Amino acid sequence: MQTPAPFEYERAGSVDDALALLERHGPEARLIAGGHSLLPMMKLRLARPEVLIDINDLDDLAYIRLDGDAIAIGAMTRHAELLDSPLLAEHHLVFREAERVIADPVVRNRGTIGGSLCQADPSEDLSAVVAALGAELVVRSRTGARTVPARAFHTGPYETVVGDAEILTEVRVPVRPGAGSAYEKVERRAGDWAIAAAGTFVTLDGDTVADVGIGLTAVGAPHFCAPEAEDALRGGPATEDRLAEAARIAAEHTDPSGDQRGPAEYKRHLARELTLRALRRSVARARGEGV
Amino acid sequence: MQVTMTVNGAEVTRDVEPRLLLVHFVRDHLGLTGTHWGCDTSNCGACVLWMDGEPVKSCTVLAAMAAGRSVRTVEDLARDGELDPVQQGFMQCHGLQCGFCTPGMLMTARHLLDRDPDPSEATIREAISGQLCRCTGYQNIVAAVRWAAEHPHGAAEVDDEAVTQSAPAAPGEGRSETEVSA
Ligand SMILES: Cc1cc2nc3c(=O)[nH]c(=O)nc-3n(C[C@H](O)[C@H](O)[C@H](O)COP(=O)(O)OP(=O)(O)OC[C@H]3O[C@@H](n4cnc5c(N)ncnc54)[C@H](O)[C@@H]3O)c2cc1C
Ligand code: FES
Ligand code: FES
Repeated sequence: MQTPAPFEYERAGSVDDALALLERHGPEARLIAGGHSLLPMMKLRLARPEVLIDINDLDDLAYIRLDGDAIAIGAMTRHAELLDSPLLAEHHLVFREAERVIADPVVRNRGTIGGSLCQADPSEDLSAVVAALGAELVVRSRTGARTVPARAFHTGPYETVVGDAEILTEVRVPVRPGAGSAYEKVERRAGDWAIAAAGTFVTLDGDTVADVGIGLTAVGAPHFCAPEAEDALRGGPATEDRLAEAARIAAEHTDPSGDQRGPAEYKRHLARELTLRALRRSVARARGEGV
Repeated sequence: MQVTMTVNGAEVTRDVEPRLLLVHFVRDHLGLTGTHWGCDTSNCGACVLWMDGEPVKSCTVLAAMAAGRSVRTVEDLARDGELDPVQQGFMQCHGLQCGFCTPGMLMTARHLLDRDPDPSEATIREAISGQLCRCTGYQNIVAAVRWAAEHPHGAAEVDDEAVTQSAPAAPGEGRSETEVSA
């Protein structure tokens, strides 16, 4: 039987309450959201927090709404809600396509966007999605809130800029009128983590790529993105050759490691192919073709 | 610590360690052993029960996190001695062999049918995709859920059908009530 090491349990009633608890208990305290990354790690004793602060009562952090020129997503929004959201599907189909292949429906009832991003697993799907879309993440402490670009949020595997006494409260995804987006993932079996995955968006001005975002996961792409490939594509025509060249550049900047999910070369091949497929579909969607 | 929650409609209070998992709480502290405990790693779905109306893997929820919430286990499916249509479907369609995965499958199936009374085969397969059966393969499980979709009132309809289709039915012929509820 896998049993976590003993800990003290606290339940926060509000964000302020959670921040006060974090401060009172110090660096050995951890927040628990869906618990679907943290509890498995605690069972394996890879994590041994002394205090767990349950934030599942913070219903005011579970929302997806239009807020000015961004879609604001509360940190406690569950995968299942992201998958079902008509607002997200209308603006950024990449969310729905990624959510459809994140874990399984039962796990998706618990796992949250905040937990996914803060877990910072190098294979996390939503990390690639928010990196592709150029989202901003709102992090709160007792003294105030700061906004961190998604591409500066992760500082390494399982590491983020969120401090010991801070909480990620909101993910802000820019609304990009006319954007097409898509997610492509290869996994070993239904519900598994990615061998490799790519998420992209494209906006067009006529047939010129006005803007593009490329996110990659599980392939060691720095900050889950591919800025060199975006630069190569932005400002020129959206031709198949140029999409393929961007995909090649994206793969060139990855640094996958071989493991039980496959050898590094295979993952690099996937990074290229999946980026290309996601770009193709993003362009087609930006053109208004129903794909 | 003390936890109080509603389990199958009744309030329960117990003294537990904060690290106790919900699956062990319902099995060992409440004696509700219908919920099974398999992989322990959130992968097999044998431990699926409902928390606040949603299926969850109870090996990956603390009992403490369920405090103040409402839990429903497989023991609550049958009503007044009458099996839920999904349970009847599993009997009709041979949806189980050893039965280890069955409680989790039943809870997910009931939830699916409550939201989508007429799911396609693909929808059923997607709904149970986080749950493993190592005996039957999934064909019969999917058929069982379809059976339940087609018989939302369960056996009563089977009897009616048996009567209308093979009337006059000789005793013991067709799908008798004893067979259905055995
Ligand atoms: C069987 C299985 C399959 C999975 N497959 C996939 C997959 O294919 N792709 C994928 O991307 N993920 C997958 N996951 C992970 C799943 O998405 C998790 O739910 C997610 O990684 C963590 O979310 P959580 O809410 O459960 O976080 P928790 O486990 O509660 O927390 C994770 C970490 O984040 C911290 N944290 C949580 N919320 C906040 C916050 N608001 N502010 C600051 N820190 C916070 C916690 O302290 C902890 O360190 C899988 C999980 C399982 C169990
Ligand atoms: S025992 Fe919970 S998923 Fe296997
Ligand atoms: S019936 Fe044996 S595991 Fe499914």
